[in-house]
Amino acid sequence: MVDSDTGRDRDSTAGALSPDDRYRTLSGIPVDRVYGDGPLPGEFPYTRGVHADMYRSRLWTMRMFAGFGTATDTNARFRELLTAGGTGLSTAFDMPTLMGRDSDHDWALGEVGRAGVAVDTVEDMVDLYAGIDLGTVSTSMTINGPAPILLAMYVVVAEESGVAREHLGGTLQNDILKEYQAQKEYVFPPRPSVRLVTDVMAFTAAEMPRWNPVSISGYHIREAGSTAAQELAFTLANGFAYVEAAVAAGMDVDDFAPRLSFFFNSHNDFFEEVGKFRAARRIWAHWMRDRYGATDERSLKLRFHTQTAGVSLTAQQPEVNIARVAIQALAGVLGGTQSLHTDSYDEALALPSEDAVRVALRTQQVIAHETGVANTADPLGGSAYVEWMTDEMERRAEEVFAHLEDLGGGSLLEGVYAGIDSGWFAGEIADAAYRYEREVNAGERIVVGVNAFTEGDNPERRRLLRIGQDTEDLQLKRLATVRQDRDDAAVAATLARVASAAAQPTVNLMPALLEAVRARATVGEVVDTLEAEFGTYVERAVV
Amino acid sequence: MDGTPLRVVLAKLGLDGHDRGLKVVARMLRDGGMEVVYLGLRQTTDSIIDAVEQEDADVVGISMLNAGHLTLGPRMVEALAAVGLDVPVVIGGIVPDEDLPAMAAAGVAGVLGPGASADEVVACVQAAADTRS
Amino acid sequence: MPGETRSIADLVAAARGGERRATARLLTLVEKGGPVADEVAERAWSALGGRAGDENRAHVIGLTGPPGAGKSTLVAAWTTRLVERGCRPAVLAVDPSSPLTGGAILGDRVRMAEATAAGVFIRSMATRGHAGGLALAVPGMVRVLDLAGFDPVIVETVGVGQVEVDVASTADTVLVVVTPGMGDAVQANKAGLLEVADVFAVNKSDRPDAADARRDLELMLDLSDLTGHGRSGTGTGARPSIISTAATTGVGVDELADATDAHLTALVAAGALAGRREDRWRAEVRSHLDRLLLDASRSATAGPLPVSSSPGAVARSLADGVADRLLGHQIPGGRTAGEPAEHEGGAAEGDR
Repeated sequence: MVDSDTGRDRDSTAGALSPDDRYRTLSGIPVDRVYGDGPLPGEFPYTRGVHADMYRSRLWTMRMFAGFGTATDTNARFRELLTAGGTGLSTAFDMPTLMGRDSDHDWALGEVGRAGVAVDTVEDMVDLYAGIDLGTVSTSMTINGPAPILLAMYVVVAEESGVAREHLGGTLQNDILKEYQAQKEYVFPPRPSVRLVTDVMAFTAAEMPRWNPVSISGYHIREAGSTAAQELAFTLANGFAYVEAAVAAGMDVDDFAPRLSFFFNSHNDFFEEVGKFRAARRIWAHWMRDRYGATDERSLKLRFHTQTAGVSLTAQQPEVNIARVAIQALAGVLGGTQSLHTDSYDEALALPSEDAVRVALRTQQVIAHETGVANTADPLGGSAYVEWMTDEMERRAEEVFAHLEDLGGGSLLEGVYAGIDSGWFAGEIADAAYRYEREVNAGERIVVGVNAFTEGDNPERRRLLRIGQDTEDLQLKRLATVRQDRDDAAVAATLARVASAAAQPTVNLMPALLEAVRARATVGEVVDTLEAEFGTYVERAVV
Repeated sequence: MDGTPLRVVLAKLGLDGHDRGLKVVARMLRDGGMEVVYLGLRQTTDSIIDAVEQEDADVVGISMLNAGHLTLGPRMVEALAAVGLDVPVVIGGIVPDEDLPAMAAAGVAGVLGPGASADEVVACVQAAADTRS
Repeated sequence: MPGETRSIADLVAAARGGERRATARLLTLVEKGGPVADEVAERAWSALGGRAGDENRAHVIGLTGPPGAGKSTLVAAWTTRLVERGCRPAVLAVDPSSPLTGGAILGDRVRMAEATAAGVFIRSMATRGHAGGLALAVPGMVRVLDLAGFDPVIVETVGVGQVEVDVASTADTVLVVVTPGMGDAVQANKAGLLEVADVFAVNKSDRPDAADARRDLELMLDLSDLTGHGRSGTGTGARPSIISTAATTGVGVDELADATDAHLTALVAAGALAGRREDRWRAEVRSHLDRLLLDASRSATAGPLPVSSSPGAVARSLADGVADRLLGHQIPGGRTAGEPAEHEGGAAEGDR
């Protein structure tokens, strides 16, 4: 089968040595491609992995999340990462961009370029990916509310540099449902936002076959305080919700399902995480085939990116975080992840410094090349504990699906909407977060360096990354320049077409968005236009 | 102290939507016997001032996670002072140690770092309340 | 308020002049109870013309209903509309205190952002564990808001328990909010809310089962009409009105505002308003007495007691002593009837 990211044939054995010879332990013992019984990796329901060979034919992508300051600053970091051996790009945007506001918006003051890179117009994106061949490097963009706009900009940047859209490989997070549940980076209300998601799905299915239009995410749900089982359940429920929405919008499930991807957290309890990942694959395969009628094998295979748990990083004795991240990363690998980001040890306090990022990447490289865990697929399969944990995770998730189905009168999509409206998800997450906090406070749960083993903490100054005020000033100048140089009348015309497309639920918004960004409309301008049509979401706060 | 519960306004300034910490702190303060007026996300200094005024709050608690504390922390203190409200401000979240002097100089009454226990949170807010004239 | 050095008389004057900070400070003092609260009460009483059953006071609307009914969202939309109509509404939002810790999370304000932006005065209040205290504090706080010129004054509580019913009935108009699908109407009935409600709002009326909820209410009202089951009623002889609302979209909000206004008008027309307010004044007198008796009883039973006697016998033997305490004013807050408040100056500072 063709590798989705590189276009190469995965299972080809042409020119390869026999697996046993090439894969040996440190002591030289040959290792088989898989051990044990039951459905094997690459076989339905893919509990043991989505590919027969797993990491033998291709290691997971070492995709380090980066973004800060201006596009030029981030571009430099990207290039460093690629040089150091990173195999894919992952872009972090600043708060104003994430919330669909321009750098000169009132609310943007003090926040430009701080939590990620500032992108106001396509010109920023040109700088962001300067000197990087978008035809060969796969890029992930972590953005939700205004995601379709950023995707449109990416396509325009590629085309203006000579790369056709059908060659572009990457992922757009574009998972708006979890925003209402956990991360709160929404702009419009749920239903029009889901329409935007399905528009992107339809567009990429037709025109960007190598692009993953949604990265259905549990990471943020977990960071907000949920348990592992809740992370699993809410994420898959959101996935099913998108499937239902896309089908309702007229797509055939096999048209889009092969390109749905997932994004999970990898937290401290090692076996819980491994069980969670395996259960995710099994659940998805069954539901897609039996409930949603998918027949294409690729529709049944849950592929995911993993990020180690940011929330587990401590400010006290930060070097200890290196150990945490290594173990969490290992859980992701033993859970069969397709792509992995490892956090930097200084991230409890600030965006990561260069040195810390390098250590995090090296951690992955140690796992990949020194530990031998990649020699065989699903090495933990068959362990009594791991199999039991996998079953238990699945059981708990099924309870949640049943509840949501009940809420939604038989539809997961409606159940998710209902859970969002009533604050059910937020309540569950807040309760779990608080329970955890109480356990830590009571000393029932040890956090090394925080409530136990606290000697050795040295609050001396560390070399933390600082974003200066000049970033904001630079960006504001840049934005002003683009506004000045462009043809305002043309921009206005494109925005009018965006408004008109938005008003018609059956019209796909992507073509109008492409036009608008090409004319150098800003993120904020497009968002304002959409907001006028869709409304603004105000959450019903649950404490 | 006369046993009347302290009234604390809790909010996030700016665009950041990560409110796990704020919600946990709300519960911690409640469990510590305080009354929490929970304003939540995306507040402005004006909306916070309105609340402080009408609720006759004793302390304002702001959660900051994305390096905004150096701008937004002092701004909150100034905004309160500008309308003559002598109400102490406590900042919680990700504030590196090296910024503590600047926070104190700007008039912030207390800073709570990541990993602060419930007791520390309650004590810090109480101490801030005690600094008033 | 830290640094507040004004006397209560000055605070009252400032509040009457529209200063929100002074109003907020007075509310705090009332909430605390004790001699300072009593002084505020006396001054507020005089400032308002000092007459029970006065028809010229602000319209007090009590609002309650089960959790999840969308009350706060509805109040936000409704009070915003009232501001547009030229009114000056205030909301007193009551949430339960934790019985274990005495703390509370007051989460109504966060749901009413649109109202605060429109200028509605919102004060969050915790029950502080004393249902009795609530019955004293709420009317006192309502009076402060009245003297500060707010009208209507909306008291919002959550739930359908006895406390909520009691608080709601300190109002001129009782509004009960229910939602479809959760048997709210039945719960409300069980709690006795149906007997005191003057207006019902069926919120989330955009939901498919809203019509059923409305019908349930109508049926229950029919039933109580038939059985003549003494509804203390609307006071006007009319049946409570039922308004369908959808707070998130604004549907029914105008009709709700009209319905509560209409109820007040009807009370006046039926000559019932003064009587209703006088009844509430009486109930407040009783609450004060209850408070005094409670304090007396507490301090009488604080020390060592003869444990070999039955509780009834002990109580009877203490009764005279309790009466003496009351008459001899040995309880904090006890004061001879007719004794005016004497504090002048400095009472507001350093109160915490």
